[in-house]
Amino acid sequence: MAHTEGRWTEAQPIVSLKDVRKSYGTVQVLNGISLDIMKGEVVCIIGPSGSGKSTLIRCINALADIQGGSIQVEGQEVHDAKLDKLALRKKIGMVFQQYNLFPHKTALQNVMMAPVKVLKENRVEVEKRARELIRKVRLEGKENSYPGELSGGQQQRVAIARSLAMRPDIMLFDEVTAALDPETVKEVLVTIKDLAAEGMTCILVTHEMGFAREVADHIYFTDKGVIVEHGPPETFFTNASDPRTRQFLSQVL
Amino acid sequence: METVETFFQWLRQSHGINLTIGYDAWDRAQFLSGLWMTVKLSVLSILFSLLVGVVGAWAQGAQSRLLRLPVGLFVTFFRNTPPLVQLYFFFFALGSILRVQNDAGMSVPMISAFSWAVISLTLFAGALNTEIFRSGIDAVPKSTLEAAEALGFTRLQTYIYVVLPLALRISLPSLGTNLVNLVKTTTLAYAIAVPELLYSAAQIWSEQLNVREMMTILLLSYILLVAVLVWIMGRWERSLRIPGYGV
Amino acid sequence: MWLPPIPEPARNPALRRPGHMDVLLPRRAYAASALNWRETLLNPVSMTLLFAGLTASLIGAAWAQDAASAQPSVFSVLLKWTPLLGEGFAYNVLISLLSMLIGTVLGVMLGILQVSPLMPVRKFAWLVTQFFRNSPWLVLLFYSILLIPFQVTAFGITVPFPGWLKAVIGLSLPVMAYMSEYVRGAILSVPTGQWESAESLGFTRGQTMRMVILPQTVKRILPNWMNLYAVLTMATPLVSIIGVDDIMGYTRSALSAEGRPDILIPMYLYVLSWFFAYCYPISLVTSWLERRYSVKL
Repeated sequence: MAHTEGRWTEAQPIVSLKDVRKSYGTVQVLNGISLDIMKGEVVCIIGPSGSGKSTLIRCINALADIQGGSIQVEGQEVHDAKLDKLALRKKIGMVFQQYNLFPHKTALQNVMMAPVKVLKENRVEVEKRARELIRKVRLEGKENSYPGELSGGQQQRVAIARSLAMRPDIMLFDEVTAALDPETVKEVLVTIKDLAAEGMTCILVTHEMGFAREVADHIYFTDKGVIVEHGPPETFFTNASDPRTRQFLSQVL
Repeated sequence: METVETFFQWLRQSHGINLTIGYDAWDRAQFLSGLWMTVKLSVLSILFSLLVGVVGAWAQGAQSRLLRLPVGLFVTFFRNTPPLVQLYFFFFALGSILRVQNDAGMSVPMISAFSWAVISLTLFAGALNTEIFRSGIDAVPKSTLEAAEALGFTRLQTYIYVVLPLALRISLPSLGTNLVNLVKTTTLAYAIAVPELLYSAAQIWSEQLNVREMMTILLLSYILLVAVLVWIMGRWERSLRIPGYGV
Repeated sequence: MWLPPIPEPARNPALRRPGHMDVLLPRRAYAASALNWRETLLNPVSMTLLFAGLTASLIGAAWAQDAASAQPSVFSVLLKWTPLLGEGFAYNVLISLLSMLIGTVLGVMLGILQVSPLMPVRKFAWLVTQFFRNSPWLVLLFYSILLIPFQVTAFGITVPFPGWLKAVIGLSLPVMAYMSEYVRGAILSVPTGQWESAESLGFTRGQTMRMVILPQTVKRILPNWMNLYAVLTMATPLVSIIGVDDIMGYTRSALSAEGRPDILIPMYLYVLSWFFAYCYPISLVTSWLERRYSVKL
């Protein structure tokens, strides 16, 4: 099983989960999850609240640990004591439901902070890149605003730019529109769609079914810590076979 | 100077308000040296107590229980015993064993009353500062720390670039209250005969029998000192204010 | 095709406000105890252990000393003076209770005046509050001991003002000022809707204050009030400086009667532990109350 980074090729899955198990105390949250994601794929994970979706993507960048199974990112085992966490975090960007921007830094400083402090990159180059990223998420002119001066949707786009500044290979989105006003949801989704179109590997936990149908290459439906059903959106939304999936979809569609 | 002195003389003769520090050079010098002593006591205790607070708060957040426990005991003890008795304990009890022989072969205290006052006030206020900084650090949301972790920050980097700047802002109002208290508490040094403001004022009023006047001047002086500190803290708070958060 | 997102309980409306950040919400003036539950639980245990250890070593040292020399041991000296120190401490408690009573009553009144609709009243109450809040306690004690006459004659009745009563008054002044601030803050924290609905029901301002607003402030003030009492109790030894009997004065008499330098450290530690034993439970209850009420905030 011991893949090394050198051996991984783009023909292999970029993220590979095998029988992942996790529990908080006696509560089993992930009950044997297996899935493979190829480079450039956009994957949406949907399911009822408390079905372990968020936990699942937190495990992928080692924010949460697992009790069983294996998670490999670019052929490298994530839950390995010898893992270089910095290297992993450079590869994986993550965007949170509550944006989690640093409130004492401006938008530009938020985007620049990690490359400068963590990667020790040249400040001038980082600033150039950061300004481009802010333009890319359509926030020109907001470079010097503090998070408190921005709307939720704007903050969330800064958070996306902040993750992109680390030049990740994979982006994780954890219910990134759940805390937003309905009118600002769209601006964030457009940003994510742009990213997907550029070929970024994206893993999203989302409640936006229309969006999932539009951008996802593959949809996973989880319930009670297992993957109940998965497939490309066309078949998933129209031909769900499992009764749990059908019941969930009938509630949300 | 002449006119000022004449004014205070006049105030005394025609209104019976006897402000000797207005026209008596000796009293004025004594009063000013008391004021200077109080300022020195305050500034030194504030600086040292901030240091104690930062180190203490850091130690209380440490992984090792061996480090956390003594700091917890220190804070709990100094928070729940009277500062005056603490001062007496340091000056009379510990001071009685910390003595050295001077050149003439006489036993003299190793640590002066002034130093004991600074030590005692530092520990008393430092215990509270520890608590204040600690709760500031604890108030930084876990989700913000998680975001830093996801960006690859190490524990130390997260602490320096995220936790401390936020914790400081959260702590400032309580810190200000505590430092104001510290300035007021410097009067305890009177009890061990450190010639600070209260002490020199008391000397003046017992010689000149102008208790009412000196007392008023004394209270106003302390209120002025506190006002200066409040002003400085306010400036500091404003300079750290983050636009967009109406705190 | 755009579909509405699924509502989830996590979608707290407060979190939707732009710029919302729990961290930067205004905080209570009193810093909550920084010790977490486990450590708070841990501390009484370790405290007991500490004092048990201290006592044991004192007894041990005493036993050794008794055996070795003709001098009575430190422990037996402490024991000998305990009744006197207890009496002195009772004075401290008495002074603290009386000052708290007077300061609380005056403070509540002053606090209500601070939110008076009349500007001059409000300004005056604010000034009085700030004056006494920012003056050193010891200076206020001097103030009352030296400037209150030793007796007051009014309508042919002479009321004597002994030193201890002046000390009580002197200590109640800062208590009044702090109470005034707490009351003002708590009254202002009651939502204005309460005032409006009471007014629409025909209550007068006084009735609204008494029956609607003040009862709602009690929970908010209680932890601060208890903390203030602990602080006041720890300020009572100050009265020894102005010559009023208390545990500190008695301690110093005891020390000079013994005239033994080796007794100094144990004696002062002993006095400190008297106060600790009285104030620590109060601060434990205070932080428990704070936690309880802050959850419901």
